[in-house]
Amino acid sequence: MNIWIITRVTFLEASRRKILWTALLAGAAFLTLFGIGMHYQVKDLQGSRIPPLVRYQIQSTLLQVGFYAIDMLAVIMTVLTSVDTISGEIASSTIHAIATKPQPRWQLLIGKWLGFAGMIAMFVALLFGGVLAIGKWIAGVIPHGALQGALLIYLECLLVLTATFLFGTLFSTLTNGVIVLGLHGLAFVGGWLEKIGAVTDSQRLVTVGIISSLLMPSEALWRRASYVMQTAIGRTLDFSPFGAQSAPSLAMVGYAVFYLLVALALALYRFQERDL
Amino acid sequence: MTGEEALPSPDNLAIETRNLRKVFGSKVAVRGLSLQVRRGEIFGFLGPNGAGKSTSIKMLLGLVKPSAGEATILGCPSSSVEVRRRIGFLPEDFRFYDWLTASELLALHGRLCGLTPGQLRERVPAYLDLVDLTAHQNRRLRGFSKGMLQRIGLAQALIHQPDLIFLDEPTSGLDPMGRRLVRDIIRSQRGRGATVFLNSHLLSEVEITCDTVAFIKQGEVIAMRDLHESPPGEVHVTIRARNLSPEIVEGLSQWASSINGDGERLNLSTSSKKHLPQILRYLVACNVEVYEFTPKHVSLEESFLEIMGDERDSE
Repeated sequence: MNIWIITRVTFLEASRRKILWTALLAGAAFLTLFGIGMHYQVKDLQGSRIPPLVRYQIQSTLLQVGFYAIDMLAVIMTVLTSVDTISGEIASSTIHAIATKPQPRWQLLIGKWLGFAGMIAMFVALLFGGVLAIGKWIAGVIPHGALQGALLIYLECLLVLTATFLFGTLFSTLTNGVIVLGLHGLAFVGGWLEKIGAVTDSQRLVTVGIISSLLMPSEALWRRASYVMQTAIGRTLDFSPFGAQSAPSLAMVGYAVFYLLVALALALYRFQERDL
Repeated sequence: MTGEEALPSPDNLAIETRNLRKVFGSKVAVRGLSLQVRRGEIFGFLGPNGAGKSTSIKMLLGLVKPSAGEATILGCPSSSVEVRRRIGFLPEDFRFYDWLTASELLALHGRLCGLTPGQLRERVPAYLDLVDLTAHQNRRLRGFSKGMLQRIGLAQALIHQPDLIFLDEPTSGLDPMGRRLVRDIIRSQRGRGATVFLNSHLLSEVEITCDTVAFIKQGEVIAMRDLHESPPGEVHVTIRARNLSPEIVEGLSQWASSINGDGERLNLSTSSKKHLPQILRYLVACNVEVYEFTPKHVSLEESFLEIMGDERDSE
């Protein structure tokens, strides 16, 4: 089956064009900065009179900042690395020599999707593992539900990847990038509106937030990840970026999976039917 | 394809299309292409820019879905995935992942066509050698010239030894040596029984390479020509001779539709090439010393311009 050949080529392309290495370098730079920050924070708190429980909570919050940064970095890397893969190859006619080989078109799209999914898995695993290791070895902080949180962040990236593939079968590279990042931005703002609505008891704001999450459930997955990794005290804090107000339910995670599958099916259909 | 030859049956056709049509929005790109290409021939697909040639090829290769009509490739529907195992394609302005080396590119295409690792070990060096790129096998395509890209593109189209090869402008960007190499390769493919479907603007190349040509305009075949036969119509002959008296010249008018020239040189037009031996016999019988008797060859370019010109006039 040609799927695995295409998957391998997608990996090879990312490696040869230095996309993979640049992304990993950016990730390493982030981990270094985060490690330095965590180190100084631990050192400074050691001499203070802050009670250990509060100190632990402060360090847990800093860990959440690290996970949030990973989430944003992973989403942006997902869009930037994959935005050109379908629309760019169609525009440059590079796809002609490949699409005329003996494989159905869906295998091309799935092969590429799997290639990017594999690379993103590596990226998220390395960065998430790095933040976890920094938290454990420098601050002695271990978050709750780390595996669940990592999987939710990965699911968010897969969702964004699939949306990028779908719009890549419909629009040019630039338009595709604008649409996907625009949708993610919409979800981001919607998430905050929902949070503010929950704190200020404004049902209309909550509704606006939920609708934006239905349009693009990417940010909702991060908020769910943040919720499952938060300490019990952290969940009770009323208004913080990682507070538990209006945390998306498991139903929203199910909706995100459904959204991903529908987007992938539409991308396959559109790619199969369109002229190349 | 001439009337003297056996009519092609579906079994000996590499390509058959019936009223193949493609419409993009309100623009008709291919009006109704009906075409038959016999197996084992080199077939030229000619037409001016915008004639619908590229769209037609894309429909035959399954890259573009026809709006109407049917196409059969090697006896299978053109949409069949399996038939593509027997097809090779060199796209116009061949572009590929330029971060691959030449041998990696061939191995990738071979793998996609289902070649085994053993076959790849044997064929990758063989086909690099065929297109004279052995010395560059480990070089990335990013550093290749246009001509080198054309040659490696040709190798990827041939590595799985297909029965039908589509070549879209294979000699554009090549120097005379490169053109000759490609021409020899095309002929060798016919030699092993493959059919070659050649789209090229270089009519001189087509003329010395192809067996049959089709002239396309607005996605319709407006004429076909067997390049092993003279085109129908008047034949022009140049005669250089001594002892051409006015009476003898007058006698030539029984075959000639027009005669002009001076005492030793005549330009004569006749309705059929069958008259040529009779004219020569007549001149010899009249004791004319013939130094030159040259039927004028109608080049493909002249045919092309004439056919396309006629069509333009009739619009």
